[in-house]
Amino acid sequence: MNEYVLIMRHEDGSKIASPEQMEIWMKQTMDWIGGIAAQNKFVGGTGLPFDDARVVGSNGVVTNGAFGDIKETIGGFITVRADSVEEAVEFAKGCPVLQGPGNTMEVRRIAKNDGAH
Amino acid sequence: MEQTQLIPHLFRTEFRKITAVLCKSFGIENITVAEDIASDTFLSAMEVWPYKGVPPNPAAWLYTVARNKARNMLTRNKVFADKISQELSSDGASKTFEIDLSLQNIADSQLQMLFAICHPTLSVEAQIGLALRILCGFGIDEIATAFISNKDTINKRLYRAKEKLRVNQVAIEFPLQAEIAKRLPAVLTTIYLLFNEGYYSESNNLVLRKDLCYEAMRLAEMLLAYPPADLPQVHALLALMYFHASRFEARLGTTGELILYEDQDETLWDKQLISEGARHLHMASTGAQLSRYHLEAGIAYWHTIKEDTVAKWENILHLFNQLLALQYSPVAALNRTYALAKLRGNEAAIAAAEQLQLNDNPFYFALLGELYRDVDSVLSRQNFTLALGLAKTDADRQQLNRKLSLLV
Repeated sequence: MNEYVLIMRHEDGSKIASPEQMEIWMKQTMDWIGGIAAQNKFVGGTGLPFDDARVVGSNGVVTNGAFGDIKETIGGFITVRADSVEEAVEFAKGCPVLQGPGNTMEVRRIAKNDGAH
Repeated sequence: MEQTQLIPHLFRTEFRKITAVLCKSFGIENITVAEDIASDTFLSAMEVWPYKGVPPNPAAWLYTVARNKARNMLTRNKVFADKISQELSSDGASKTFEIDLSLQNIADSQLQMLFAICHPTLSVEAQIGLALRILCGFGIDEIATAFISNKDTINKRLYRAKEKLRVNQVAIEFPLQAEIAKRLPAVLTTIYLLFNEGYYSESNNLVLRKDLCYEAMRLAEMLLAYPPADLPQVHALLALMYFHASRFEARLGTTGELILYEDQDETLWDKQLISEGARHLHMASTGAQLSRYHLEAGIAYWHTIKEDTVAKWENILHLFNQLLALQYSPVAALNRTYALAKLRGNEAAIAAAEQLQLNDNPFYFALLGELYRDVDSVLSRQNFTLALGLAKTDADRQQLNRKLSLLV
């Protein structure tokens, strides 16, 4: 049993939807997480607010916001338990973020502290 | 994870409350700022609630966040802060800036916004658009769907409307008692048209159409809760909407096609809404003023009785006569003719119909086709065909084709 991080990537984090649409997305996200939690495979997660986002460049230049010249922003991530990366991918496929055109989910295994990579 | 159930339409409901209150604090010229803060507040909820669970009191959580966002914006934006603090108080410190999200102020702000939005300088379309956005919490997409329009057009329309409110420095406050009588007709017209937008919309989105009707009814209820606006014609308008809403389920078929009144299954009519309508019609029956809403509510009331009786059609005809005298409309003229046919027979109604000469109106020819059906099938076909050529919606065309196919 490994832990995987499912990272939600938005093509355009600055899009504002209608209040009704936001509520629908939020419900879908809750259902998605609930479905994983029901299998006892949900470890935790968080959304990443766009407020107070900064981008630090290699030249030390700090810019406000996660958008602008960056096409993709990370909206949040959850950590799940899965027997294989395939199972983690199945979880990721259910994320409502994927309804947005251009949005993607990235699945990454969390390194264990047991020397095996 | 412990989960509080999310209330349906919570965001839409809270959007309008937060926007109205902020707008009142910031002044009408900052309506867009108010909308942005409200939208940002829901973004924050989306970033937290799915992972941490819905807070026990979601509305209170949203108000706290909205308040903080408003404060942060005031500290960040000094120009804006100076302007607000000058207007608000003499202490000038934005730290003490408080947004009053008490129930009373939420209710007052929404009502005051309703009067502000119905300002005479705005076109009726702009008033309805703004009402949907600010007072009903609809998104631009939803408004575009309701108006069978597109986002750009709606955005431009709302932008221009907000500009007008800004330029005219429309105050968000209760009109003076003397002003209320002057402003109320525009408010009632907006509510009435909002309801019609949902009831007769050409949009296929049934859920959205019902929402529009219910929002119109909610605004009328809100108006009645304000004593100076608790007037007979407001009750009449609400009664009219209840009566019509009672037939929602019966007037649309499974594929969204329109089912004519004659063919409706009256067991689907909502008795509770009918009795609610009757209650308001009763409350409207005072005072000396007979408004168009009284007459239309009366007509709608008689339509909640399915059985054809002389009394029913006598009353409907009489009400249409009064309505037409008060305010002519082609629809009322055609419906009056229909009532006439019910009472005096088709021959008499044909003679009356031909006086109307509504030669660019598809419903005029549809009515004539209907009246000639058992009198002269050639003329009936001719009129239905003319109607078909003028029909504007798929639902109407479907209806007419069905009528043509039934002709012998």
